Amino acid sequence: MHHADRHKRPPEWGLTMPSFGWMTLFFLIPSVLIFLIAFRPALPNGGIGEGWSLSAVKSLFDPSYPLVIWRTIWVSAICTTLCLGLGVPVAYYIARLPETKRRWVLLLIILPFWSNFLIRILAWQTLLHSEGPLKQLLEFLRVMDPHTTLLYNVWVVLTVLVYTELPFAILPIYAAAEKFDFSLLDAARDLGASQFRAFWTVFLPGIKRGLLTALLVVLIPAFGTYAITDLVGGTQAEMIGNVIARRVLSDKNYPQASALSAALCLVILTPMLIALFTQRRQNGGAAK
Amino acid sequence: MGDFFELQTITKTFGSYKAVNHSTITIKKGEVFSLLGPSGCGKTTLLRIAAGFEQPDEGRVILDGKDITALPPNDREINTVFQNYALFPHMTVWDNIAFGLKIAGRSRSYIKSEVERMLDMIDLEEHAYKKPAMISGGQKQRVAIARALVNKPQVLLLDEPLGALDLKLRQRMLLELDRIHDEVGISFLYVTHDQGEAMSLSDRIAVMNRGHIEQIGTPVEIYEAPKSSFVAAFIGDTNFLESGKVVKQFADGYCNLKLDGFPDVICYNDNNHAVGEPVVISVRPEKLRVSFDEPPDHQYHNKVRGKVEDIIYFGSETKYFVRVQDYRLSVFQQNIHFLLEERQIKWNDEVWISWHGNDSYMLQRYTPEDEHLLAVPDPQAK
Repeated sequence: MHHADRHKRPPEWGLTMPSFGWMTLFFLIPSVLIFLIAFRPALPNGGIGEGWSLSAVKSLFDPSYPLVIWRTIWVSAICTTLCLGLGVPVAYYIARLPETKRRWVLLLIILPFWSNFLIRILAWQTLLHSEGPLKQLLEFLRVMDPHTTLLYNVWVVLTVLVYTELPFAILPIYAAAEKFDFSLLDAARDLGASQFRAFWTVFLPGIKRGLLTALLVVLIPAFGTYAITDLVGGTQAEMIGNVIARRVLSDKNYPQASALSAALCLVILTPMLIALFTQRRQNGGAAK
Repeated sequence: MGDFFELQTITKTFGSYKAVNHSTITIKKGEVFSLLGPSGCGKTTLLRIAAGFEQPDEGRVILDGKDITALPPNDREINTVFQNYALFPHMTVWDNIAFGLKIAGRSRSYIKSEVERMLDMIDLEEHAYKKPAMISGGQKQRVAIARALVNKPQVLLLDEPLGALDLKLRQRMLLELDRIHDEVGISFLYVTHDQGEAMSLSDRIAVMNRGHIEQIGTPVEIYEAPKSSFVAAFIGDTNFLESGKVVKQFADGYCNLKLDGFPDVICYNDNNHAVGEPVVISVRPEKLRVSFDEPPDHQYHNKVRGKVEDIIYFGSETKYFVRVQDYRLSVFQQNIHFLLEERQIKWNDEVWISWHGNDSYMLQRYTPEDEHLLAVPDPQAK
């Protein structure tokens, strides 16, 4: 107590203020601006006009959008499922490794981050290119017709997306698995559960938080992806991110770009908030 | 009652480390059998082999006449109470207890009635819908026991079940375990490093040391007639008189020992050693009497003179450390009289120590390192 009196501790808000200020300045205000710009008219040669208009919001009902939105949803959903599906066994395996080996395997998993994201995508492009080694090999083996291409379709986008997002899925799942008490699996086995059943009824619920984090960390960037589709996907695999980029970069129609971004934001935010609230209600009162 | 659950000549190595070496235990139906030993003695490995979590390198596991060595844990009619309970944190107390029955595909009504019966037995009905994080250590312990027993196992394995509880709760849970055992009547295999738990709960105890079994017997046999210096020193406290040599054998089974640096003693020749053979005897501190007055002569009594080196007063009893030539004896005496009115024994007092020749026990194996297991090893020991 005396200690606390002599050196007055800074009040709690003093500690949260910097991050709160940062988030307000660079996240909250821009988000609000995007929502506002969605209700502005667009100028014919680019830029934002005066006054208010619903034309950008109405443009969301463009007949070409449903297909792109649907593709965005299913590609991100499959990507997330694959990342979690691959992430869980990998995280389980790492968490059960002895401490020293664990560090090396974790290093291998974050190794891709040491080279730039765009360079890694361009490497995929080179690898899959018509003159690239993989295509050449498949042609040589007569598996592939020389007139087709490995690039520029939605499956390539999915592959590269999974490749990019997988470490982001593994890390939070591993963080949860590392704290998991593996004697619980023994207990489940002891009580009659098969290995699979023990894994399903005890391990997965035990790492729920990690799974949820991985889900968000993979799903959200997958939803907004555009560089991958741009470089290896082509128009066949266009996702909502590409439409937004095009509205900004070539059309300079900021209100329409804002309307799309705001809609994307709402689509992601709404289920998240619902999940958060139902979870809080379930845990209601539970001391954690 | 025949042997019901058997671990036959079990050997298990981890890398180059021999955790269990050629160990056999046989447990009778309805018996509480303890594996007692210090950490790293192999008792937990033996338990994990019994549960099916580890496969032995050699040996067999037999339950009710059937060889179950190769069966995985989920196919054995054996359940375990784990060291740190291992309750499923995301399930309520009710769901934890119901887990095994649900896996076994029992009917809803059966599960309900059995879980309620268990909750009644452990007296936790009002906590049925709480998560494990919200109940106390003792309550968790009871849930862990109920969760195992609800499956009606043939054998219940308990791995240091009271280790995480404080002393008072431990004693209460010990009584509760005893009551539960009376109620269910199945065999218990109880693993512990705590001799008090093992002694008070068990029908029989196997004392383990460095991967092998030192001795199997009832608590009284283990305490009164330890076969090795390890058993004598690990369970309770004792005095070793290790330099004995039989010099004279009497017809009634007693013999005279000659010792280096200690007066000659008379003791019962438990192992029928011939004259001239070296022997080691162990005398428990509470078997020794300490007094100012010289005890009367008696044919089978030993009396030696010594000097008090240290005294620890516990209230109900006092521990005296008395130097007798090259040895330091530890003596535990009940304070059955009003001490303030008596002449109290003080440091450096000259006292008599006496014991009956039948109150010592002759060891079959003596290892000098085991002296370190004693409560207070003699600082002047060689």
